[in-house]
Amino acid sequence: MKRHLISAADLTRDDAVLILDTAEEMARVADRPIKKLPALRGRTVCNLFFEDSTRTRISFEAAEKRLSADVINFAAKGSSVSKGESLKDTAQTLEAMGVDAVVIRHSASGAPYRLATSGWIDAPVINAGDGTHQHPTQALLDAFTMRRRLVGPDAGLGQDLAGKRITLVGDVLHSRVARSNVALLHTLGAEVTLVAPPTLVPVGVETWPCEVSYDLDSVLPKSDAVMMLRVQRERMNAAFFPTEREYSRRYGLDGDRMARMPEHAIVMHPGPMVRGMEITAEVADSDRCTVVEQVANGVSIRMAVLYLLLGGNEPALTNPRTEEK
Amino acid sequence: MDARSSDSRTQAPARPVLEGPDIARMLTRIAHEIVERAKGADDVVLLGIPTRGVFLARRLAAKLEEITGRAIPVGSLDITMYRDDLRLGPARTLARTEIPTDGIEGRLVLLVDDVLFSGRTIRAALDALGDIGRPRAVQLAVLVDRGHRELPIRADYVGKNLPTSLREAVKVQLTEEDGRDAVLLGLRSAPSRPGSDAASSAAEQTVPADER
Repeated sequence: MKRHLISAADLTRDDAVLILDTAEEMARVADRPIKKLPALRGRTVCNLFFEDSTRTRISFEAAEKRLSADVINFAAKGSSVSKGESLKDTAQTLEAMGVDAVVIRHSASGAPYRLATSGWIDAPVINAGDGTHQHPTQALLDAFTMRRRLVGPDAGLGQDLAGKRITLVGDVLHSRVARSNVALLHTLGAEVTLVAPPTLVPVGVETWPCEVSYDLDSVLPKSDAVMMLRVQRERMNAAFFPTEREYSRRYGLDGDRMARMPEHAIVMHPGPMVRGMEITAEVADSDRCTVVEQVANGVSIRMAVLYLLLGGNEPALTNPRTEEK
Repeated sequence: MDARSSDSRTQAPARPVLEGPDIARMLTRIAHEIVERAKGADDVVLLGIPTRGVFLARRLAAKLEEITGRAIPVGSLDITMYRDDLRLGPARTLARTEIPTDGIEGRLVLLVDDVLFSGRTIRAALDALGDIGRPRAVQLAVLVDRGHRELPIRADYVGKNLPTSLREAVKVQLTEEDGRDAVLLGLRSAPSRPGSDAASSAAEQTVPADER
């Protein structure tokens, strides 16, 4: 594995499977009376959040605490960043404090890459979402959820998602989740189809390892998992579709559409859901919808990533485990 | 250490000190000792330490069932996260922790491993156990005790005491993992730090004390 986790595209198939397998073990910790492991005792992890996020930050914080790391939470709002401090200055401050890893969320695509490669800081950098670029731990938790549901938790160990057909629906243009998922799912052997209004399909999508369709109804019957994406109004600077109602009619998932999916197929959403537009309450609350499961799996995946990057003196190697008495 | 520069590069053929029937006999004896000491093994839970400890625990459970006529709960306890040398090598891949459904609370937990060496694995196992529950008592069964303890830990049930030098390597092979049952004694192969390929090739206790 690489020293940093910046993009889901950086992961090899073996790295990704190692993370998923490790997360499977981490998930078992949640069932114990003491939900804590000593692996990162004495290590300090800084959650550097330049963009608002509750779900991801809490998920990382829970993962770090379950691994016994010391956690520093940094929110840009109300910090020196709002007084004009640069990313470089913030990074150097953290370096001087001896932080062992940085989890960064930033509205600018590429900020985590800059932090990891500029030499400002020596610690491993984990991308917790940068602009419209990448959100690798989200893609990993999605793949983990798919593997658990479509292959099985124990049967899934060591397995990838070869042959599974995954459909991503909605605002692909602004979605880092879609970009990360396409890369990772392709690495894991799945066939990915993007379904979106033509205005929300990014330029250059033909170079992505996936199919593109504008017709949700024709794709649903052959999907093993359908992932609805959030329509990101905060990133929209133009009219990408006429009305919410029209979007909902063509690209929203309701009970009728869900009935057209194969019986084993699952519905996913990275959250937060906009009920009534992307997904109806009926679908969101059904047994086939894995939104809550995805949140729980997020903690296990982040524990796995933190452990594999920080647990030893260098990131995990994809080789058999060592034995020593 | 001198051994590393002189002998360590020599690939001496490992000589078998125990064969399949010896191992089976020892496990039978240990099973009888457990029943005797635990007065029927009513509340015994066997936890094997991956990888080979798990296979030994399963074999012991089968023998205990033969003797007592009752199914004995058996599981596995991965100690990777609790090792004191976790940071000395690359992050290690985890093995499975499988606790029997009735748990370990108030039970007599019997840890099972293939080789007892420095004692650090067992120290880690005791820590791991503490996070899972509070057993009534914890005992230790090992197939081979090769000495060189670095912690005040001893086994309650030992298949064979095998006096060794630190330049030697003890390798346990079990049918489930290696295709045959044997305990081999040889000289250490190339020096390996924890986590390297050489060290992970088998259950080989090749790590000299100064590297752990």
